[in-house]
Amino acid sequence: MEPFKKIKSIVTPLDKVNVDTDQIVPKQFLKLIQRTGFGQYLFYDWRYEREGIPRKDFILNDPTCKNSKILLTRDNFGCGSSREHAVWALDDYGFKVIISTSFADIFYNNCFKNGILPIQVSDDILQKLFSTKSEIEVDLENQTIKAENISVSFHIESHWKKILLEGLDDIAMTLQHEDKIAKYERSHKI
Amino acid sequence: MSKTLFEKIWDSHIVVDEDGRSLLYVDRHLIHEVTSPQAFDGLRLNARKVRRPDLTFATMDHNVPTSDRSLPILDQTSSIQIKTLERNCKEFGITLFDIHSPNQGIVHVIGPELGITLPGTTIVCGDSHTSTHGAFGSLAFGIGTSDVEHVLATQCIMMEKPKTFEIKIQGKRKNPHAVTAKDIILSIIRKIGTAGGTGTVIEYRGETISELTMEQRMTICNMSIEAGARAGLIAPDEKTYQYLNGRKYVPKNYDECVNYWRENLKTDSGAKFDKSFTLSAENIVPQVSWGTNPAMTSDVTGIVPFPDEYGKGNPEEEKGATKALQYMDLKPGTPIMDIVIDRVFIGSCTNARLGDLIEAAKVVKGKKVSSRVRAMVVPGSQLVKKNAEEMGLDKIFKDAGFEWRESGCSMCLGMNPDILAAGERCASTSNRNFEGRQGTGGRTHLVSPVMAAAAAISGHFVDVRELDLN
Repeated sequence: MEPFKKIKSIVTPLDKVNVDTDQIVPKQFLKLIQRTGFGQYLFYDWRYEREGIPRKDFILNDPTCKNSKILLTRDNFGCGSSREHAVWALDDYGFKVIISTSFADIFYNNCFKNGILPIQVSDDILQKLFSTKSEIEVDLENQTIKAENISVSFHIESHWKKILLEGLDDIAMTLQHEDKIAKYERSHKI
Repeated sequence: MSKTLFEKIWDSHIVVDEDGRSLLYVDRHLIHEVTSPQAFDGLRLNARKVRRPDLTFATMDHNVPTSDRSLPILDQTSSIQIKTLERNCKEFGITLFDIHSPNQGIVHVIGPELGITLPGTTIVCGDSHTSTHGAFGSLAFGIGTSDVEHVLATQCIMMEKPKTFEIKIQGKRKNPHAVTAKDIILSIIRKIGTAGGTGTVIEYRGETISELTMEQRMTICNMSIEAGARAGLIAPDEKTYQYLNGRKYVPKNYDECVNYWRENLKTDSGAKFDKSFTLSAENIVPQVSWGTNPAMTSDVTGIVPFPDEYGKGNPEEEKGATKALQYMDLKPGTPIMDIVIDRVFIGSCTNARLGDLIEAAKVVKGKKVSSRVRAMVVPGSQLVKKNAEEMGLDKIFKDAGFEWRESGCSMCLGMNPDILAAGERCASTSNRNFEGRQGTGGRTHLVSPVMAAAAAISGHFVDVRELDLN
């Protein structure tokens, strides 16, 4: 996994609550057997008319959001299906940071496994970020979000911070405990 | 110190504690065709093996056709995904219940059916409805594909300890055939919201839960994820032990295990939960969802709500409800029983077990599906299908005009050819009414099997308490 670098970008404001992973990547695109190339299917049913024509009123099709690396969204983002394809699609499209007031658990976990930083902020802060037109800077090392009208720190669990900053392979980390896993297996029978 | 059931299972599976997180041992790993191919690729890329193929079980359920199994799969991408699972299981020595196996079925139906699911164990699967297995007093988590790879390689999962959430359901339902486990869990989600359980493991307790059959308990635990919970579980009891007795993969020393479970697998009196919620079963009436998330649900005797009433002062929720009604093409104030449907789907890991089909068949027997409705039954597994056929349920459904199909996830998520056309309205026994879930532009109403069956006959929702279901 690529180490996470400081991100400076304009934001894409997706003003919706309870965005489920079925919307992030609809099921018809889950049949691929690789991890790459899902960006084109991100928010597919919201992003395109049935004929594949971009919907003008959907935020991803707004030219001012082009090349944005930060997605702003609302409560309970990523609820529903555990499909990691949702995170692969966000990543492949170019989003590296997602900011919301809350995330669904499995989705939140899946983000870190793919080098995406989900940041939980208060309602007030989110509201201010939604009204920001300029670029936002997200600094994971110092755990800060900075914009023209705002400068706040955010919380992240130290385990995830380390994995993101160093781009670590968590399977290799777990395998360092091989002796303990083997010992557990010897004592635990079911 | 007094502990909850969850804490007991958690503590007994810790391999390493570090940095506020635990490396937990995984007793059973279930895999399917959609969320596993990339995990196996990752293993190959890093020259890693599957640590415990003997604790790993696979089936294909998400995109398998539910039509004649002797015919080839026409959808090339589905076919590739299915063949990929076959190849991966062969390469890594994993037991696979393939499309022609008498044990094939929805992964959360076959786990318990085969005795792979056991009390006090940890179970993971790359599917959010893994919470279903909690009905047996196991700690069962849905995980993403990266974690599937992690478990394949290490037989462990690294997690932050969730909080505990007690949901007590007390009292007796007035009409347990009409007010089902599905109505109980929909009522809970409606009250606590789709994020009400986020970061927690729910333990369902109380008189009502004790009275439920194992299949009904699975329906409750299954939809824990729709309340946002990490898992949902129910303490095992004699019904649990009886259900599992004699099943294919239960341990050889089963009686010894039961003695241990009896002693150990319950929440101690005096144990504290981080959160609690109590619901009285007496007041629950049959439920029908009207919106695009499972909390957007009404009593069948109620109306489609006005968005401002639904939002209760929260502008985001109000906006969500307005958008949901637009998508669902419903007007506020419409009686739920006036909603006319086009399709009926009885199936999914929530409601496609034998008991569900028996209850639905009672409604259907001797009647005909409304001329405006296309209705289908998709049994949860080949074993459910076989048992139902031995009881003659297939004949009851077919005589009424239902399609009787092969087992799989089917129209719960529409990855196979079973989908809604845009604008079609479906009474569905599945678990998610998200936009496009059952087909782009399709409209889903979540209901119990009894309600789905009654809606198939009448062409609209009805108060199933008025039917003779005994």
